[in-house]
Amino acid sequence: MSITAPSTAASAAPRSFQEIILRLMTYWSSKGCAVLQPYDMEVGAGTFHPATTLRSLGPTPWAAAYVQPSRRPTDGRYGENPNRLQHYYQYQVLIKPSPSNLQELYLGSLDAIGIDTSLHDIRFVEDDWESPTLGAWGLGWEVWCDGMEVSQFTYFQQVGGHDCHPVSGELTYGLERLAMYILGVDHVMNMPYNDPDAPIHLSYGDVFRQSEEQYSRYNFDGADTAMLLRHFEDAEAECDRLLGFAPDDPNSGKRIVMAQPAYDQCIKASHIFNLLDARGVISVTERQAYIGRVRALAKKCADAFVLTEAGGWTPAA
Amino acid sequence: MPDLLIELFSEEIPARMQGMARDTLRKMVTDGLVEAGLTYAHAQAFSTPRRLVLALEGLSAESPTLTEERKGPATTAPEKALEGFLRSTGLSRDQLEVRDDKKGQAYFATITRPGRKAPEIIAEVLEKTIRTFPWPKSMRWGSGSLKWVRPLHSILCILTDEAGHTVVPLDVDGIVAGDTTEGHRFMAPGRFAVTGFDDYAARLKAAKVVLDSAEREEIIWNGATTLAFARGLEIVEDRGLLTELGGLVEWPVPLMGEIAGEFLGLPPEVLRTSMKEHQKFFSVKNPKTGRIEGFVTVANRETADNGETILKGNLKVLSARLSDAKFFWEHDLRVVKSEGLLGMGAGLSHVTFHNKLGSQAARIERIAALAQVLAPLVGAAPDLAVQAARVVKSDLRSAMVGEFPELQGLMGSYYARAEGLPEAVADACKGHYSPLGPSDDVPDQPVTVAVALADKIDTLTGFWAIDEKPTGSKDPFALRRAALGVIRLVLTNGLRLKLGEVFAKANPATDAADLLSFFHDRLKVYLKDQNIRHDVIDAVLAMPGADDLALVARRAEALSAFLATEDGGNLIQGFKRANNILTQAEARDGVEYSYGADPKFAEAAEEAALFAALDAADAAIAPAMAAEDFPAAMGAMAALRAPIDAFFTAVQINSDNQLVRRNRLNLLSRIRQICLGVADLNRIDG
Repeated sequence: MSITAPSTAASAAPRSFQEIILRLMTYWSSKGCAVLQPYDMEVGAGTFHPATTLRSLGPTPWAAAYVQPSRRPTDGRYGENPNRLQHYYQYQVLIKPSPSNLQELYLGSLDAIGIDTSLHDIRFVEDDWESPTLGAWGLGWEVWCDGMEVSQFTYFQQVGGHDCHPVSGELTYGLERLAMYILGVDHVMNMPYNDPDAPIHLSYGDVFRQSEEQYSRYNFDGADTAMLLRHFEDAEAECDRLLGFAPDDPNSGKRIVMAQPAYDQCIKASHIFNLLDARGVISVTERQAYIGRVRALAKKCADAFVLTEAGGWTPAA
Repeated sequence: MPDLLIELFSEEIPARMQGMARDTLRKMVTDGLVEAGLTYAHAQAFSTPRRLVLALEGLSAESPTLTEERKGPATTAPEKALEGFLRSTGLSRDQLEVRDDKKGQAYFATITRPGRKAPEIIAEVLEKTIRTFPWPKSMRWGSGSLKWVRPLHSILCILTDEAGHTVVPLDVDGIVAGDTTEGHRFMAPGRFAVTGFDDYAARLKAAKVVLDSAEREEIIWNGATTLAFARGLEIVEDRGLLTELGGLVEWPVPLMGEIAGEFLGLPPEVLRTSMKEHQKFFSVKNPKTGRIEGFVTVANRETADNGETILKGNLKVLSARLSDAKFFWEHDLRVVKSEGLLGMGAGLSHVTFHNKLGSQAARIERIAALAQVLAPLVGAAPDLAVQAARVVKSDLRSAMVGEFPELQGLMGSYYARAEGLPEAVADACKGHYSPLGPSDDVPDQPVTVAVALADKIDTLTGFWAIDEKPTGSKDPFALRRAALGVIRLVLTNGLRLKLGEVFAKANPATDAADLLSFFHDRLKVYLKDQNIRHDVIDAVLAMPGADDLALVARRAEALSAFLATEDGGNLIQGFKRANNILTQAEARDGVEYSYGADPKFAEAAEEAALFAALDAADAAIAPAMAAEDFPAAMGAMAALRAPIDAFFTAVQINSDNQLVRRNRLNLLSRIRQICLGVADLNRIDG
């Protein structure tokens, strides 16, 4: 399978953070991806979006691109660090089966956001991806532009403990870092968010500095750990309970496996674990145990998803 | 004789795997071809980030026709046997020959295996190679099931002779072999055909791909040193980095940049680590000052602006990294100045080491107490060892180590010096994690040795006490490495420690005997690498003092050297013979022949001579063992070889005279007793 190859003409440089996002949207839309919206839950990375985690399972072809707000509570720096944030954006592309020209398509996207590959040094440097919480792994690279990592490029081999057949190709762009590089900005908070010539010009800091401060304080000191520990247990129990329902729904008379509602609880548990970690209440050994518990949920949800139609289940089977 | 060219073209192959892949490709293909009856004159393998290549010269065009004769059943055998024979040979009855055999007449078949053309064999061998290639990690892609290190895009496989070139017909999961390849991803995209290896290498070079990794490395090294030399600087050599860089680029272009003045005050290790680990830069040193002042990065292309944009980008990334590092460095120095290294580590009381083993701070107190006990045994001042132990882990709370965990210890030593702590303390900060691997340097400064031992022994006894021992391939707390570290510290420094007592002191809840046997297993692995056999170590470990590793190792070395001599090997035979006879006699008679051998009952001269030899050996061995002069003890034991051999040749143990027989058995018992005083020779194989 091959998708139309990119043009090679370098595009004019974008002027703002949002322009880079818009260009990526336009580019991947033109390559046939469904442009999705962010998932409405707190996640640590774009991979957690069901459009990646669940849709990479089973035989059904898929092509999606979306921005996913991502939260890493331990990375909070009160808005002061030039490139570290507890809330940031990932741009995520997932295509199943991975097309044979995925590398060319990816390079075309760099061109679309103003990286002239005839002047820059683009390198594919080995990086094996593994998500212990999702029971997932894949092989690929981190992509370097002039020595800076601008994307992760992964061929999924396993998700939720299931072998991926066919294999999905996943691209993840760290948007802030990439945009800072393209826009030549040294501190993320100084990055133009909208057009610098707009009547009301907003910087990244105008939009996010205050919330970075607030969430940094919340993540490190504010969050009620006793409550979070309870919520972790609740999410875990709810996930199990939802997956315990018989497939046949008496109300609608349809076969409905609640894989995604259960997976929501897995996402919740994962984020709560990250918060607890930021609050420093999880010891090194407990850490492994918590990761194992989230992974167990992810696996059960994957098991359930492959029993849905989107996951490849057919009534005849 | 045609030449063969194979290119497996894929997405980027990890740099660290390319060397292995070249060797494996060459071996698998040539072995397969030779096994199928082909010969070749010369084979060479190459790799770039996107291709694995094999060039064979002088390959035979076909495999020879082989004829094999097989004997079948006798003519008198039942019809069934003949039918089976015809089936297995694929012949008919009239193609068989009847000839005389030893036991009458039998059927004979002549089977001819016709030679096969090279392309058929190559296709078979190459397909098998691709399908079974032992990549450390391989993957599937798209909808296929083929596995390769990264998606495999094309196969070039051609045979070239005077008449021209032909493509070897091959289709591996839809990838059809051809005669085309691609040039540099950015500088010369697009496919082109080639006719043979020379043409291939030349066209690749024109398409901005240097095929040979050695040539790429040379271009990188020469370019880098020339750039540095022009400014009176030199490259800090790094063979591993050079190889890695050679595997990351097809068209290497070294570019040199300067480190901004504001970062030059950072410790050189910080600069080097940051540049190497994160950016894969060579460090550039000023030979006059020894300071790191610049870097060389290697781009994968030429550009219209001569690399200016690339260098600018790299500098920007480096500046961001070094700004972080500088911020951490200055922050840490402020902390050390106001609170001291001890104060820097205060937060360790909130860090859990392990939920059953308490906080890092609690662990540090245990290490300090143990270092105090160990200090006199390793020649260190106890108070200095305690002082060092209390601060060696402090840098785990530093900002720099938070960012660069690989600098743990080293940063502590900088901060210790900044605080004006004794040099021995600074050295312990840096050295107490060592030795980490089997080839890592072993510390020799006494305070460092004391803390390094205390650190590792605390870890081992702690995890032993909570029953978290390594099992099979699982060793999450790296306890095997810790034990090997203790072994190397002890042996390299010639330390005399009774480990059993040390373990008990470190953690009374530890099963010291079990931990000691874990150490003995590690010691066996370690000594085996020094070519000391397993059974030799067993023979030594059975002796008293087995918790003194230096003693065990010296004994094992002496015994190993002894066994390598002719006397040694023969003495073991003599010892075993004596021991076997004795053991059987003792079993039969129900008594232990242990003493009372008297020379006055000796009948033969050889018997009397053995008495004299045993007396002499006894007199020499006991003091030598007491003085731990094992080579001397072994030498004295070696002197028994001739008398024992002579004794067994001349003397029958079993005599009608019970008195003489008993005396001889008691004499054998002296052999056993003397030899076992040196090592448990029963455990020696053979």
